[in-house]
Amino acid sequence: MVRFSQVAGRRLIAGVPTLWLLVLFLIPFLIVFRISFSEVRLAIPPYTPLLSWRHGAPHFELHWSAYSFLFTDPLYVSSYLYSLKVAAVSTLWCLVLGYPMAYAIARSGAATRPLLLMLIVLPFWTSFLLRVYAWIGLLKNNGVINNVLLYLGVIHEPLALLQTDFAVYIGIVYSYLPFMILPLYANLEKHDVALLEAAADLGARPFRAFLRVTLPQSLAGIAAGSLLVFIPAVGEYVIPTLLGRTDQLMIGRVLSDEFFENRDWPVASAVAILILLLLVVPILLFQRVERRQLEASR
Amino acid sequence: MSTRGLFSRVMLVLGLVFLYVPIVSMIVFSFNYSRLVTVWDAARSPTLRWYAALLHNEQILSAAWLSIRIAVTAASAAVVLGTLAGVALTRFGAYRGRMLLAGMVTAPIVMPEVITGLSLLLLFVAMEQLIGWPKGVGAVTIALAHITFCMAYVTVVVQSRLAGFDESLEEAAMDLGARPLKVFLRVTLPLILPAIASGWLLAFTLSWDDLVITQFVAGPGSSTLPMVVFSKVRFGVTPDINALATILVLLVATGIAISTLWMRYQQRRRERDLQLAAAANL
Repeated sequence: MVRFSQVAGRRLIAGVPTLWLLVLFLIPFLIVFRISFSEVRLAIPPYTPLLSWRHGAPHFELHWSAYSFLFTDPLYVSSYLYSLKVAAVSTLWCLVLGYPMAYAIARSGAATRPLLLMLIVLPFWTSFLLRVYAWIGLLKNNGVINNVLLYLGVIHEPLALLQTDFAVYIGIVYSYLPFMILPLYANLEKHDVALLEAAADLGARPFRAFLRVTLPQSLAGIAAGSLLVFIPAVGEYVIPTLLGRTDQLMIGRVLSDEFFENRDWPVASAVAILILLLLVVPILLFQRVERRQLEASR
Repeated sequence: MSTRGLFSRVMLVLGLVFLYVPIVSMIVFSFNYSRLVTVWDAARSPTLRWYAALLHNEQILSAAWLSIRIAVTAASAAVVLGTLAGVALTRFGAYRGRMLLAGMVTAPIVMPEVITGLSLLLLFVAMEQLIGWPKGVGAVTIALAHITFCMAYVTVVVQSRLAGFDESLEEAAMDLGARPLKVFLRVTLPLILPAIASGWLLAFTLSWDDLVITQFVAGPGSSTLPMVVFSKVRFGVTPDINALATILVLLVATGIAISTLWMRYQQRRRERDLQLAAAANL
């Protein structure tokens, strides 16, 4: 009897979250997938059904028009490529800035480390939207940066900083930096300093010791941090909308515009499916890295 | 000190400056009299005029109240679901369906928000056609959506805490004859309580802050605070938003300072208890 209730209890514990995610995570994707093979029409819902009854017989309709539309209109192809470029460049800058920061925290004294980590995480707890918004005030033509540079005489007329690629890179690096630093810190903190001392004893210069000892050991942290920045950056919506160019949209914005402005659900769904196809390899990689780290922490 | 140590320290300082300059500039300009946000009006500043304007802005106040209610609901439900998922993934071994849960639970963390938002809205539309519920989109659908992405984060936090200590304590309680439910309530739950608390705070923050997913699943009359802020700042900088940002930053900073101090106090107490216990054994 005890045995039976124990099994039932376990089923309940595992079953409730699984069922929740099935209904609110997996099934929604199947719906998106299915609507991407429809055609837009003026009705409620605004797309053609997959299966309908015609003259008493089931009629199966599968349309590729949304996908062929995406591949023939250069707007979509260029948005995809642009999003990949922006995400890749931002991830690289995050790594360039975040790695030394994580390294410095991991090598700082035990007393200052919690304080430094808190300083890294604190901005993350304040509104993401408001932090992106703050950059408008810094970057615009009569903004803080231009005013300071003009005052110092470095420039004589304001630089166009807002609505550029540069502004989007700044926004993404700024918003996602903690996601790069924390996995790197978790990795670097575990390194044995004795290995570096051994390398130094054997005559390695600090930079060489770093390249041959520290860097190879931290690859898992680099992978986790980079994927945590790259994957969401590809579909980023808020940052390019507030800071970015108006002549070149990122793919997340294109999806949202297709849905809200054009009311074209099939094309919006097809865009979503193609973003997922681009990201499926990075997402699976991320899950693998995460699983390894979790197992290593046991 | 080696040059490499110097380089990384300099980068750390520069990085922290980079992280805090925008926040500080928002706080400074929230006290600026001028409507032209970035031009300091030295004659009439500092002023609290934008804070006063904020207090009289019905739209922002009601949006903030809706956001708080949704965030409390979403965080509380996400904590329950996330804890169940975390327990199932770390304590049930390789049961059937584990891969399914493990794969689904971390995916929302990295999924681009536009996709999550679109797919959830399409689900709600399909559900309304099929079973007549939920009736239209609004606070209920926003809460359902937030629970779903928040529980992923709670699961990760609880899971790593559960993986951090081994099962011997729970097994010992079982050997002493405790029923599984009692083991969970008396042994497991107290051990993972810090993780549950930080999971709740994380979920609250994520829900309170979310814009993209919310925009998809919100309806007329259910504008959350980020939605109101976004529609205001999309067309330029407005000084009362600086005041709002300053208030939020102060609240968060106070909250984090208090929780840090409290955790340090708990740690000290634990250490003192251990010392007392050791002394008593002598």
